[in-house]
Amino acid sequence: MTTVPEKTDLVTLTIDGVQLSVPKDTLVIRAAEQVGVQVPRFCDHPLLAPVGACRQCLVDVPDAGNGRGFPKPQASCTLPVAEGMVVNTQATSPVADKAQQGIMEFLLINHPLDCPVCDKGGECPLQNQAMSNGRADSRFSARGGVKRTYPKPINISAQVLLDRERCVLCARCTRFSEQIAGDPFIALVERGALQQVGIYEREPFESYFSGNTIQICPVGALTSADYRFRSRPFDLVSTPSVAEHDACGSAIRIDHRRGKVMRRLAGNDPEVNEEWITDKDRFGFHYATEPDRLTYPQIREDGELRPASWPEAFAVAARGLSEAGGTGVLTGGRVTAEDAYAYSKFARVALGTNDIDFRSRPHSAEEAAFLAAEVVLRRTVTYADLESASTVVLAGLEPEDEAGMIFLRLRKAAGRAGSGGGTRVVSIAPYASRGLAKMHGQLVRTAPGDEAAALAALVAQGEFGIDKTAVILVGERLATVPGALSAAAGLAARTGARLAWVPRRAGDRGAVEAGCLPNLLPGGRPVADAGARVDVGADWGVDVPETPGRDADGIIAALGSGELGGVVVGGVDPDDTTDPAATRAALEAASFVVALELRETDVTRAADVVFPVAPVSDKAGTFVTWEGRPRPFEAVFSSPSSLPDLRILAGIAEELSALGVGRPLGFRTVAEARAEMEEMGPWDGERAVLGGSETALRPSSTTEEAGAGAPSSTTEGHFALATWKLMIDNGSLQDGDKAYRATGRAPVARLSPTAYDAHGPTVTLTGDRGSVTLPAEPAELDDDVVWVPANSFGNGVLADLASPGSRVTIAKGADQ
Amino acid sequence: MAQPKSQSRSMKEQFWDPVAGFGVTFRTMFKKVVTEQYPFEKQPTAPRFHGRHQLNRWPDGLEKCIGCELCAWACPADAIYVEGATNTDDADGEGRYSPGERYGRVYQINYLRCILCGLCIEACPTRALTMTNEYELADTTRADLIYEKSDLLAPLLPGMEQPPHPMRLGDDEGSYYRGEYGASAKEGDS
Repeated sequence: MTTVPEKTDLVTLTIDGVQLSVPKDTLVIRAAEQVGVQVPRFCDHPLLAPVGACRQCLVDVPDAGNGRGFPKPQASCTLPVAEGMVVNTQATSPVADKAQQGIMEFLLINHPLDCPVCDKGGECPLQNQAMSNGRADSRFSARGGVKRTYPKPINISAQVLLDRERCVLCARCTRFSEQIAGDPFIALVERGALQQVGIYEREPFESYFSGNTIQICPVGALTSADYRFRSRPFDLVSTPSVAEHDACGSAIRIDHRRGKVMRRLAGNDPEVNEEWITDKDRFGFHYATEPDRLTYPQIREDGELRPASWPEAFAVAARGLSEAGGTGVLTGGRVTAEDAYAYSKFARVALGTNDIDFRSRPHSAEEAAFLAAEVVLRRTVTYADLESASTVVLAGLEPEDEAGMIFLRLRKAAGRAGSGGGTRVVSIAPYASRGLAKMHGQLVRTAPGDEAAALAALVAQGEFGIDKTAVILVGERLATVPGALSAAAGLAARTGARLAWVPRRAGDRGAVEAGCLPNLLPGGRPVADAGARVDVGADWGVDVPETPGRDADGIIAALGSGELGGVVVGGVDPDDTTDPAATRAALEAASFVVALELRETDVTRAADVVFPVAPVSDKAGTFVTWEGRPRPFEAVFSSPSSLPDLRILAGIAEELSALGVGRPLGFRTVAEARAEMEEMGPWDGERAVLGGSETALRPSSTTEEAGAGAPSSTTEGHFALATWKLMIDNGSLQDGDKAYRATGRAPVARLSPTAYDAHGPTVTLTGDRGSVTLPAEPAELDDDVVWVPANSFGNGVLADLASPGSRVTIAKGADQ
Repeated sequence: MAQPKSQSRSMKEQFWDPVAGFGVTFRTMFKKVVTEQYPFEKQPTAPRFHGRHQLNRWPDGLEKCIGCELCAWACPADAIYVEGATNTDDADGEGRYSPGERYGRVYQINYLRCILCGLCIEACPTRALTMTNEYELADTTRADLIYEKSDLLAPLLPGMEQPPHPMRLGDDEGSYYRGEYGASAKEGDS
């Protein structure tokens, strides 16, 4: 996957009388593709190791390169090319053709003729190749043979269903699970005609990537509970798009019919997601059709929300915002880059403030400074770089849960044999997760809060020596650890290693680029830089306010204290914020709340004006991946009543300017916003320096809180709380598919073996915001550390358990 | 120029031919009338006339349609819309509408588009879809011309039971398809 074309040895061979030269070790089946011959195949997949399981790709090899031929046809998917080799495929060789027809006949002996009800019918390689390379008649059924049948379907997992009689035993699914995902919970069992895909009795097929097995199944043996019998491939319309669930920017294909998404498949983008996507990207699309979806604007009148027309809602929102006094903007992390730009411009141009923040999660002023100094406009690391790096350091990042494509890349890189071995993965984490084991990674065991010290210590450590071929990936969770992001930046600066910031949400990086931060303007222009302000101000025709604004916690605090009156809230879930209770109270206290939301939430219930926004399927946009790679996509549906955030903000800004406040945004469509962003371009002046701009920021409550909560004093019975969000959890974008939710991992609390022995299999954790009872599991943690999933029970850790960086007590769970 | 032309006509042309023309009229008065008094008198169509579609049932009342959408795929006018769904045998599910795993939950034919070509009938793998001889397919609104599954399903004949209900004629769909349910039950086709 390296972009640099390597100089390789070429091997010359003859296929069907055509001489060609291909790189050494190419398989004959791929070499044949280059001369335009498609050898039929089932088990062969370019990203999986060759296995030769289905035998469908038999070719005749009269000369193996040594002057002697193979006496029998050979499987071309396992046969590497050799100099002087002569291969005759079914196109020229009757021997190969007859062999392939014979194999096809064998495969079809037990394959049921239920193509009309099979979900694969119409896009089925077996169907197609039976037509192109099979016999017209079956000798088996003509002589009264009875096909082997099984009761069907059986559940491999809650989501993946198996029709055993359809399986042609190509082992693609088992090989994917073993080689790519590292979850070998399915395997071929039994022998002969009874061979089938089996599961372990005690280990469920709980893989975050299980949906890929359905997509690569060459027959209809694997189907998803979600899509089974919902439509046929020939009346689906496919639109390429980009997944909206994480910052990986996976290419997907959205198959839809009559204005409804039926399924999503992985797109093929070798530079980003190869041919895989996570189950979240595959099955998480029902949220847009949930019954609580907002479909019309609402305004509050006499304490009740009532439906309103768009122009009325724009006017009421504008009047309310103009009277509210100071207004903050919270965008949430799911906006597209264009929408983020609109929020950014709306705050500066229409509201005249820098009080804007996209971070609806625990954050810090240090993080804002880090983003301005080290992240924005930087494109130093790509997926390909992960593969070529000697060492990849993960800090505050659990790729399997938080960035599935990074996990697959790192697993691929780490597992690769060859000179010098694969990439070495080093994780700074409280314990060695299953994901880390699958990446063959090494753990630097670190209690939560000590990440800064661990990062700083890495450079001196002989074992995990970091040099300039290394890559440091920092997750967004590091923001809660004071000094950790600076330590990571420092480590990168000292060693020359490349640094990348991996957020969880798809819109985060785009929001950084678009300036949805109190200290950044679009294109990475620092607010503190007068030249940058003039640059932006000249484009926009306004004077950009010169003081850096409040961050999200600052806005919440200012709303609570009355310094700010109004707030414009995008897709923010109060339970994700640093202090959910404070956020809710602030929304109550605010004199005017404008909510732009997809579905009814606590924010819309508290809002004075509610605008429905388009889900990503209804609008064009761009997501920026963690690498900084823009991933533009077009709208799947055109629904006139479903408007993107930027159109709504433009409407409010126009009404505001009619009231004499600010100026209109100057664009109304995604295309116009894109053009304006293009025109403005990136900042070419001096970028902010980490540490320098830190002091320019107003102090927010988080840093103090996190600072106070740093684990300096270890009291008996008090545990430091380590937590992150699992991939499949209670997130609101994952609503609507029960089978998918059921494939998630059960929430458990992980304790050190000593603590586990002391507290038993069920524990009750009590923090400053509540307590929760969970089953416990022993893991190699420090004795005073406990891990829980962040959003898999109740309203999540921040709402129900403890504030970031605080400590919890553990008691024996009573009620189980 | 007109003068010489009329003079050139023969006596036969001038006097006999007009009378002979009326002869045709006169003779026809004694022939059987071909005019059909539609809609007051309705004539049977040819036996294999392509009329309105019908969704057939098995002798126990289960639907033959398996929701495979092959009719929709075959349709050159894009007049058919089908949505499949899963049959369930357990109590809490939707129930069983057809033998086998899948049935057509939604079945619509748009007679504004249908050209009655019969390709859907050829495509149907279970003979669920056939055509009747009914040709009176006119209505006053466009919406009424989209026939739903309830409009297209064959009537329940004696011995049939309104689905959902379990398979009565065999243990699995194979016994339905192979016709193993005995000679006593006749085909449900019309």
